[in-house]
Amino acid sequence: MHFIDWVSNSSGIIVTVIFFTVFLGIAIWAYLPSNKKNLEDQGMIPFKGQEKTAKEKDELSGVETTGHNWDGIKELNKPIPRWWLIVFILAIIYAIGYWVLYPAWPVPHGNSRGELHWNEHKDLAKEESEIAAIQEKNLARIHTSTLQQIQDDKDLYEFAKDGGAAVFKQNCIVCHGSNATGGNGFPNLVDDDWLWGGKLEDIYKTIKVGIRSTSPDTRTSQMPSFGRDGILTPAQIQDVAEFVQKLHLGDKAEITPAYTRGKDIYAANCTVCHGKNGDGNQALGAPRHNDDIWLYGNGDMKSIVDSITNAHAGVMPSWEGRLSDDTIKELAIYVHSLGGGQ
Amino acid sequence: MINHEKIEKNSILLLVLAIIVVSIGGMVEILPLFRMETVIEPVKGIRPYTPLELAGQNIYIRENCAVCHSQQIRSLRDDVTRYGHYSLAAESMYDHPFLWGSKRIGPDLARVGGKYSDAWHVAHLSNPRSVVPESVMPNFSFLMTRGADLVDIADHLRVLRLLGVPYTDDMIANAYNDGISQARADGDAPGLKKRYGDKVNVRDFDGQPNFVSEMDALIAYLQKLGTDVDFTTFDPNMDPRDQLVNPVPEPAPEPAPEKGK
Repeated sequence: MHFIDWVSNSSGIIVTVIFFTVFLGIAIWAYLPSNKKNLEDQGMIPFKGQEKTAKEKDELSGVETTGHNWDGIKELNKPIPRWWLIVFILAIIYAIGYWVLYPAWPVPHGNSRGELHWNEHKDLAKEESEIAAIQEKNLARIHTSTLQQIQDDKDLYEFAKDGGAAVFKQNCIVCHGSNATGGNGFPNLVDDDWLWGGKLEDIYKTIKVGIRSTSPDTRTSQMPSFGRDGILTPAQIQDVAEFVQKLHLGDKAEITPAYTRGKDIYAANCTVCHGKNGDGNQALGAPRHNDDIWLYGNGDMKSIVDSITNAHAGVMPSWEGRLSDDTIKELAIYVHSLGGGQ
Repeated sequence: MINHEKIEKNSILLLVLAIIVVSIGGMVEILPLFRMETVIEPVKGIRPYTPLELAGQNIYIRENCAVCHSQQIRSLRDDVTRYGHYSLAAESMYDHPFLWGSKRIGPDLARVGGKYSDAWHVAHLSNPRSVVPESVMPNFSFLMTRGADLVDIADHLRVLRLLGVPYTDDMIANAYNDGISQARADGDAPGLKKRYGDKVNVRDFDGQPNFVSEMDALIAYLQKLGTDVDFTTFDPNMDPRDQLVNPVPEPAPEPAPEKGK
């Protein structure tokens, strides 16, 4: 513990010491008497007074060499190209200029801000305001209009629908699907079956507060787990599941003994929320049973039995805060326009 | 005028000049790192990960999620429109290692917290194509059957404290219990909320009420990402160093060891 603290507190000194030790080590090593002879023989270090006096010229280029000799490979005595040197110096000047003008260096209480006071966030704000300026007319009207007014105004309606479609792609398709047809446990938004209401205001509120979300105003309800909590026996659940499965067939349903028993169980346990005829109740988010639309599974007995036994409670996040109120309006218009809006 | 020949033939001069050049380079590149803490602008609301979230982050690291998912929303209009407010440095100040990533084979996850339901995460992690048909993400269904690695989570907290994350003695002492209780189906975890704040998600994340699985841990972590800062009160146009107080408590000092050991 002690050692680690010490290392982290004095890392600057440690790095510096290591740095200079390595350099000094190399220098001392090079001048060790035992090495000196060796290096001299190889012609790697021309020690004082021992430089070759006669200039040696390279045969091919006619340029004199430095006298260094690496296994017969010699170095031409040429400076780095002038253009390279100029570019290098310009780069240094550029760097200093950049340093002064832009955020670069830690100073007390943060970092230097640069003379231009540039930052990315200002660029972003500028770009956003440019887009907002283009859309200003319509955005301002969406801000002040009710959902009904937007729907009645053809131009504004199209604008809102397009905006909503873009937001839908960015945020909604992972659950509701790229065609908005939903999936197992995630509602289909294209059909006319609505859990919490398909009117514009209902859709708007659902998006805004979510379902069983963290929002304090969230839409919420909880079906009892009829099997898990022992309210119904497994046999009773089988019966009522068969009734629910056949409910959408209406008069055409094949009447079996289980169906008849299930009908009574349904009347006693389910109608409070799902309605006498299985019409559902949008105030409670209780799904309609007398249609052939299924949220969990495809109307197979297994899924229905599972739903009654364990009860589902799908969650939709609240989008208030993540999306602006105007965006939620646009989104509601779009979802309403998908085909099932009421 | 020193020309190249003099420098190249005089090893001491070359050494001295090389040290000068390398020192300048070193100063420019290394010195700012010593003052790193001054360039992270403190932001209200940032809290350390809870033990369960930390276990989830360890899974995120183990499964190399950062190879395909970034966790940094750049301050570009496209990024902000799609993912939400751009990331702040402070939002990843307790990430060791940081998980910003550099590739987006999948979407950015910096603000995925609260964006989708737990059930969606379970379905998606178990079989991504069941909810996103065009996904190329691997299946992580085994997370459902493996227990979250909480046995040594207190040690993880302790190590992170060494690295500057303000975990208190209280947090470390209760790390294991906090990890278990965050996955309680009844949401009853007053101690955890007292230590980490009321915004901590306490619920059964994976739909297996009596089992704290790796799925619980990973979803707890994902549902926390990017949710700390309240952007309704955050003003990006102000100079960040003017607007915010430092809410981060100083880490409680370790009990002073006896001298002369």
